[in-house]
Amino acid sequence: MKKVVIALLILLAVLHQDFWLWNRIEPLVLGFIPIGLAYQIGVSIAAGILWALAVHYCWPADVDVPDEPSTPPAPGASHARSH
Amino acid sequence: MSLSNLNPGQTAVLVIVGYMLALVLLGLLSQFVLRLTVADYFVASRGLGSIMLLMSLIGTTMTAFALIGSSGEAWESGIVVYGKMASWSGIIHAAMYFLIGLKLWAFGKKYGYVTQIQFFRDRFESDKLGLLLFPILVGLLIPYVLLGVISSGTAIQQVTAGAFPDFFKATGGAVPYWLGALVTCAVVLYYISAGGVRGTAWVNALQTVIFLVLGVAACYTISEKLGGPVKATQMVIEHNPTRLKRDVTADDLAQYEEKLAAYNADPKAAVVKPREPHRASKVEFTTYLFIPLSVAMFPHLFQYWLTARSARKFRLSIIGQPLLIMVIWAPCVIIGIWATSAIINGQPVIPPEFSRPNGVLPLIVKKLASPALGAFLAAGIFAAVMSSMDAQFLALGSMFTNDLVAHYAGKDRFTDKQLVLIGRVFILLVVCVSYLLALAWRESRVFNLGVWCFSGFASLFPALFAAIYWRRVTKPGVYASVLAAAAVWIWLFQESQYGKSAEPLHYGLTPVTFIFAAATIALVLVSLITRPPSRATIEKFFDPRLPTLAAHAGPEQSVIVGGTGGGR
Repeated sequence: MKKVVIALLILLAVLHQDFWLWNRIEPLVLGFIPIGLAYQIGVSIAAGILWALAVHYCWPADVDVPDEPSTPPAPGASHARSH
Repeated sequence: MSLSNLNPGQTAVLVIVGYMLALVLLGLLSQFVLRLTVADYFVASRGLGSIMLLMSLIGTTMTAFALIGSSGEAWESGIVVYGKMASWSGIIHAAMYFLIGLKLWAFGKKYGYVTQIQFFRDRFESDKLGLLLFPILVGLLIPYVLLGVISSGTAIQQVTAGAFPDFFKATGGAVPYWLGALVTCAVVLYYISAGGVRGTAWVNALQTVIFLVLGVAACYTISEKLGGPVKATQMVIEHNPTRLKRDVTADDLAQYEEKLAAYNADPKAAVVKPREPHRASKVEFTTYLFIPLSVAMFPHLFQYWLTARSARKFRLSIIGQPLLIMVIWAPCVIIGIWATSAIINGQPVIPPEFSRPNGVLPLIVKKLASPALGAFLAAGIFAAVMSSMDAQFLALGSMFTNDLVAHYAGKDRFTDKQLVLIGRVFILLVVCVSYLLALAWRESRVFNLGVWCFSGFASLFPALFAAIYWRRVTKPGVYASVLAAAAVWIWLFQESQYGKSAEPLHYGLTPVTFIFAAATIALVLVSLITRPPSRATIEKFFDPRLPTLAAHAGPEQSVIVGGTGGGR
């Protein structure tokens, strides 16, 4: 699945070059968005979906450093290490 | 005096003052949770959650250009601006967070880095590399900061026109530029000084919400005034159809000539003066992918990456980046296109003699929306400006404090409290200098410098990418890459008359393509013919079973270990 997601991301970057729509206005999506703009908005939505898949299937194993709980500031912490 | 008695300029002042007070209040609140440690002040003790990280990153990467620049560019050149800048940025920014941000966060957490230079010094076993990178990063960041200061002063003067005619006679009643820029600098200075990166993250969350809502609200209101979105687009098809596509045919040119002749013969009957068709370059469209690579090397973005509580907190930012960029950009681009042909009461909304693309959105909002929405637009512009500017000031303070003062003075020379104070004083100096430069260069073409800054940051990307993913990259390779990029950058920059004229295109390619290519070729060639890095360094950065901070911390990292002491 990891390779599929990577391939899809590369394909998205290629499909971003929508030269076949360069000279087209219609169809107007929702009656007012020209097809060239609607397509690129679709690219943005597809990017969100593909990155969600990447986060799920391609998450690097070596970045999950154990969490440190974020503790509330201790009394006098602002004076830590003061001379 | 009731609110209904206020003129539009006074309404704008009221909204702006309210907005600035809200920012000051957030800064004040963040002060109560600030620990006076280097790690808390500069990286919020690496404790931010998913939503705050997403909001901060969006607020920082979206500048005023996303609001007023996008609509102005759409008015000037049509829909191409969305694909060239917004959808490319959505793909590439998320890639940078995934491929670069996550890794740097992990290294930062393991080895205590607070700045990029600490990482580079450690990765390439070179102290002097920091001295080369520091002036380059600062030099590229300063014009970016100036963009913010100049934008805010100009916007305040524009939207408060006629507010106090008796008081500000020289500006026709508008809050003068010098005062607007001063107030913006003072407010930003207050909340970053009070709350450090945590305070700026809180403020940025508020600011991001404002400009997310604003574009959609403005688009809806304007379309209603124009008779609905379908009618608004039909007006563009009738008067300026080439703004709805990216190519220009011989038929389009003939139609344009015909409409222009009709307009010149009888402007009242034609109503809208047709705008000259603009043919988008396919090569330029493709090579714009290099520009968003710059985010990987933004010092202020690096700083925000380090604030994440865990690697998992990046997930929402990676997924949300393309979607939120779309929510901000799409309405503004559509408004810009409608503005080319919008007619109301038989008159064009944008006068035929109007020639300032950046003024299109404020003007159409002023004419077609309520004074309150106009004032909120101003607040949105400030939100976009300030949410980038604050992080940049903070990053400059962090670099000075950690990469110069703490690094060269030694780990025991200063306490954390003293280092935070040094950082604050340096930020104050930078803010003062930026303000004075913004006064002196107000009329200059500083906006043109923005794209050169992005090109410069993008040209450092190959070295950063190799540092994370290529074991064989060497210190001389990085020096060669940085120097080659600088040489090509300077050559092309002087060709553009130091930013005065448009970017010089060679073979239809943007300058960043050549700068990026030079940096990459020099990096690879020199790395291959020079001695590889030590085995210890390779193990440190490429062995997944990395030991923890204490085993590897160098002198400068030790300062940060002490800094995080409050939380450990």
